[in-house]
Amino acid sequence: MIFGFDPSRDPRKILIWTLVALGGLVMIMPFAFMISTSLKGRGEVYDLRLVPLAPTLENYTYLFRETKFVRWFLNSFSIASISTISVLFFDSLAGYVLCKYRFKGRQVVFVAILSTLMIPTEMLVIPWYVMSKNMGWLDTYWGIMFPGMITGFGVFLMKQFFETVPDALIDAARIDGLGEFRIFWEVALPLVTPALSALAIFTFLGSWTAFLWPLIVTNSSSNYTVPVGLASFSGEFSTEWNMIMTGAAVATIPTLVVFILLQKYIIRGVILSGVKG
Amino acid sequence: MASVSLSGIVKRFDRTVVVHGIDLDIADGEFVVLVGPSGCGKSTTLRMIAGLEDLTAGQIRIGERVVDRLEPKDRNIAMVFQNYAIYPHMTVRKNIAFGLRMAKLPKPEEDRRVREAAEILGLVDLLERRPSQLSGGQRQRVAIGRAMVRNPAVFLFDEPLSNLDAQLRAQMRLEIKKLHQTLGTTVVYVTHDQVEAMTLADRIVVMRDGRIEQVGAPTELYRRPASMFVARFIGSPSMNMIPGVIAEGVGAVGLDGVGTVSGLGELENASAGRRVFLGVRPDDLRVATEAGGGPLSLEARVGVIEPLGPETLVYAEVGGRELVAKADGRISLRRGDVVRLVADVDELHVFDAETEVVLRR
Repeated sequence: MIFGFDPSRDPRKILIWTLVALGGLVMIMPFAFMISTSLKGRGEVYDLRLVPLAPTLENYTYLFRETKFVRWFLNSFSIASISTISVLFFDSLAGYVLCKYRFKGRQVVFVAILSTLMIPTEMLVIPWYVMSKNMGWLDTYWGIMFPGMITGFGVFLMKQFFETVPDALIDAARIDGLGEFRIFWEVALPLVTPALSALAIFTFLGSWTAFLWPLIVTNSSSNYTVPVGLASFSGEFSTEWNMIMTGAAVATIPTLVVFILLQKYIIRGVILSGVKG
Repeated sequence: MASVSLSGIVKRFDRTVVVHGIDLDIADGEFVVLVGPSGCGKSTTLRMIAGLEDLTAGQIRIGERVVDRLEPKDRNIAMVFQNYAIYPHMTVRKNIAFGLRMAKLPKPEEDRRVREAAEILGLVDLLERRPSQLSGGQRQRVAIGRAMVRNPAVFLFDEPLSNLDAQLRAQMRLEIKKLHQTLGTTVVYVTHDQVEAMTLADRIVVMRDGRIEQVGAPTELYRRPASMFVARFIGSPSMNMIPGVIAEGVGAVGLDGVGTVSGLGELENASAGRRVFLGVRPDDLRVATEAGGGPLSLEARVGVIEPLGPETLVYAEVGGRELVAKADGRISLRRGDVVRLVADVDELHVFDAETEVVLRR
């Protein structure tokens, strides 16, 4: 409703428009400063002007040549991708079973899964660490990934969405001769793609920006993810703001790509999850 | 094609028994309609035949085979669902061919069958469309097409017309009947609509609370209902029921506050004083303007008049009770007119008030 209105007609809309514009400005400022700082030389960092006096790409050159940023980027990317694929598969499978099958203890299992949503990561970090240590997973990719391979949130989201798939469709597929897994894969799953897209975005972004657990479980700098790597630019005595901003600027790119590719689904997915959830 | 035989089938969900031991034999090529109010177990029975629900007890045969333990796909059946259940993400062609592809039929044979079904159902121009681009009637045709191409021994229909508007429903009803006449396949059809049951069925099975109330040809159920339930369920408007009591002497019933009907002949195990209901169908109740004899002749005051064109429904008050009669469409009556409602003895039904079983057919 915001677009295509004529402000001269309705003063209330001028107010709304102004507020929205201000909000947008507030949102975009950190990004503008991030880009701007990444283009500043070391001496100019604490000079808070938006347009650098002497723009330079030396931060970028340094980031790619002298640090392990490329490695961190690939680490983050593969971990986020694998987690996302795993979450999409297992969460939708679990959600489907909880939604469409009647079996003893179904409700108990569902409540148990939901209850995991109420435990904050900070509380889980210690048991995860102990577990990783016992299993020999410390400082490995699997160590970083394992807590996020299946998520309670995703199971919940998918279960709710599978409610929209009519049972008769599943019965029809049974009569058509499909096996149970293929009914899930070929009939039910294609009908919940908006939910899958939303879940993919949530999971990918969540994994991409995860900080606390990767920081704890990794030791060697070659196993760092992007956020942990960027944090390492902040030392005990000084913080290389220009490097952090440069790394952050590059790290924003995949999230932008994911969002642009899937935005029509995420908006639909968020709306739907609002309705369904 | 095949016969279907149910013996003693029981279905229990947790602690509730929804189907209490049904026995039913359906002949090869027969069109059988299971009808009853919602929750009577008709859909569950159909789903048990399809193999979508397990039996708690009993046995189902399709043709010579016992199918209790077979998967739905191995039972040689096809099913059409109330909400069509066609795959929204596939084209009409893929929807129809899906089962055949699963059965790994050779491609030319698959194409031939899809084309044949599409021609019969008038879907040829729609084959590349998606379900979202189809109307309700077209979607249901696709669902029927998907069932047809499988060349099943038995067609199962689960309230296939309930989601369609009245006009389309009548049209599809006719098409289903024609289809049955063309293919000659055994059909088991579930509906709660007695008009559908009457028009389609070779035999109707009236169900109530998980039990079979009566099985018979449509006219038999209409003319000779075995219980008050069947009498009320079949026919529209419902059969008039006048409470009364069996009087002394042979074949006489005293109607509460209205008078006595006699000449009913022998009533099955009926003793004087027993509470009964006298039933008479609206179409058997004639509206006469002058006094006349007859086993049933009631003075009535006309209330509401509903002209339907060829006939007129006359709601008239008799002794504080409203009865409905179906009169000729040309009758001229006004609210408040005093008339006589007359019926012949052959058209009167007597039901036990307690057991609701018929005492006189």
